[in-house]
Amino acid sequence: MSLLEVKNITIKFGGLTAVSDFSLSLEKGEIVGLIGPNGAGKTTAFNAITGIYRPVSGSVHFNGTDITGMLPDKITKLGIARTFQNIRLFSNLSVLENVLVAHHLRLKSSFAAAMMRLPGYLREENAMRKEALELLESVRLTKFANEKAGSLPYGQQRRLEIARALATHPRILLLDEPAAGMNPKESQELMEFIGEIRDEFDLSIFMIEHHMQVVMGVCERILVLDHGVTIAEGNPAEIQGNQKVIEAYLGVEMDA
Amino acid sequence: MMGLKSINRIFLSIAAIAVVFAFLIWAQGNLDAYKVRILNLCAINIILTLSLNLTNGFTGLFSLGTAGFMAVGAYVSALLTMSPEVKAMNFFMVPINPALAHLNAPFIVALILAGLISALVGFLIGAPVLKLKGDYLAIATLGFGEIISVIFTNTQTITNGALGLKGIPQYTNLYWSWGTAIVVILGLITLLNSSYGRAFKAIREDEIAAQAMGVNLFYHKVLSFSLSAFIAGIGGALLANLISTIDPTMFRFFLTYQILLMVVLGGMGSITGSCISAFIMTVIMELLRVVESPMNLGFINIPGIPGMRMVVFAVILIVVVLFMRQGIMGEKEITWDMLLRKGAGRHESSGS
Ligand SMILES: Nc1ncnc2c1ncn2[C@@H]1O[C@H](COP(=O)(O)OP(=O)(O)OP(=O)(O)O)[C@@H](O)[C@H]1O
Ligand SMILES: [Mg+2]
Repeated sequence: MSLLEVKNITIKFGGLTAVSDFSLSLEKGEIVGLIGPNGAGKTTAFNAITGIYRPVSGSVHFNGTDITGMLPDKITKLGIARTFQNIRLFSNLSVLENVLVAHHLRLKSSFAAAMMRLPGYLREENAMRKEALELLESVRLTKFANEKAGSLPYGQQRRLEIARALATHPRILLLDEPAAGMNPKESQELMEFIGEIRDEFDLSIFMIEHHMQVVMGVCERILVLDHGVTIAEGNPAEIQGNQKVIEAYLGVEMDA
Repeated sequence: MMGLKSINRIFLSIAAIAVVFAFLIWAQGNLDAYKVRILNLCAINIILTLSLNLTNGFTGLFSLGTAGFMAVGAYVSALLTMSPEVKAMNFFMVPINPALAHLNAPFIVALILAGLISALVGFLIGAPVLKLKGDYLAIATLGFGEIISVIFTNTQTITNGALGLKGIPQYTNLYWSWGTAIVVILGLITLLNSSYGRAFKAIREDEIAAQAMGVNLFYHKVLSFSLSAFIAGIGGALLANLISTIDPTMFRFFLTYQILLMVVLGGMGSITGSCISAFIMTVIMELLRVVESPMNLGFINIPGIPGMRMVVFAVILIVVVLFMRQGIMGEKEITWDMLLRKGAGRHESSGS
């Protein structure tokens, strides 16, 4: 069985069917892309996988467990982490604290132990600080550790969001337009970075991205959504030559 | 890491607390009763302001329950510290519930129980409301504050109803009030620098992101709310044992509103801000008594206008909300690092 198995999910907002009959199976170590014009339902599909929305029909299984309709924090605990299209950092917390928050889900010490600063708690706190600093090192944000997250430049905020997601120890990482607002050089770096973290953290990655260079460069398989419907699936070469995809994107720049 | 060694910080804190207590010992013996009372009220208001700031400033929950939790704490402590004879004198209309008549406990036990029972009430209100998405807490706590005074008016065998309780022993002195305030301050500093505190702040910053990072929203919101109720209950208890007379109408919305103003004025999410503003506002409120008393300006006689202080209060709140939304401190804190670095030029934010 695949690591992530999405079966025929449909999500509606009132009368609008944002995603219909969406299916996906993500294998261990794979990088899969999700593309489609604005409003196609990509983010909505992410939200259904991560528990923010409950699909009206269909199911989501992770590692054999049915996670359909589970609360987002439980799903994250099981091993699916994400970033947000419209960056959602804890702006007034420091860069380091942002990553530390994502360690909280593994804390074993009770509230009382934390308040009394018992040795067991202090050991956990020190360990999470050490690991958080290592993560910041790997996304080259160490020198900003004590800055407010909200004060970072855009590109670095995106990297921090990835670091924060990695701190939850995911098996699957969902990235919602990680290259949005980045210049070509930055997106090139990001592509390499995504490949690196996949290997280093032993991840499967499912990403939404508009920058076609990034998608085609890094994804092994691509799904195309249009008006909530999956209109194509295949490797980058197949997708680039697909007539339906070209039509869906008509009027939209293929390589923004 | 930058900053002072933590051992130095601990040393400075202990020294500061020692200085505060030296002052309190002097004040308790040398200041007149009126000034001592104001100092006691300052400490109690610091406790209450911190309690409300925990939910509203640090966790992003909008609670208006302070007065209600104070009422619970005040009555618990009053019933535990009054002697059976005083109780008998109080309950002359309707006799006291026999189970309560001979209940008596040392002040420290009364304070802790006041906090615990208030926290339990907080949990019972918070748990169903905080399960819901959206901000229903403000409405629920506002209703709770009003309902509790109705309940206390009608549970005559427990609370003596509208007659209130008189002759509550005046155990609250500067050591108790400031001692408790210092414990609450240190407790909150510890909490907010812990992993649990970071989870609270993450919820305040962005609930959806916090949940996506694995923070259990319900658990942490209920925890924060119950802790806040715990602290407010103790504040109410200290107040009851300071002023010695309580009745259900004392704990109405105006009380919550005063504390809310102190939180906003000090800065939502700043412990030092809460302490400073609670202290200053308490003193100002006392000074403002002047505006309610009759004035003789020589050529004109102004009769006392009761409720004038509230008007002044409302104006202050409006000015704060309009022109200094961040309050005195915003979310910042005054720390030892900051105080000691003042001399060495502007504080640098990045370092290695
Ligand atoms: N919470 C919501 N309530 C109502 N409608 C929604 C909601 N979220 C999304 N939609 C609608 O669902 C459709 C799909 O939106 P979605 O955000 O998933 O698109 P997307 O593919 O991520 O687009 P983009 O590339 O612009 O990010 C849109 O028509 C959008 O307006
Ligand atoms: Mg989107």
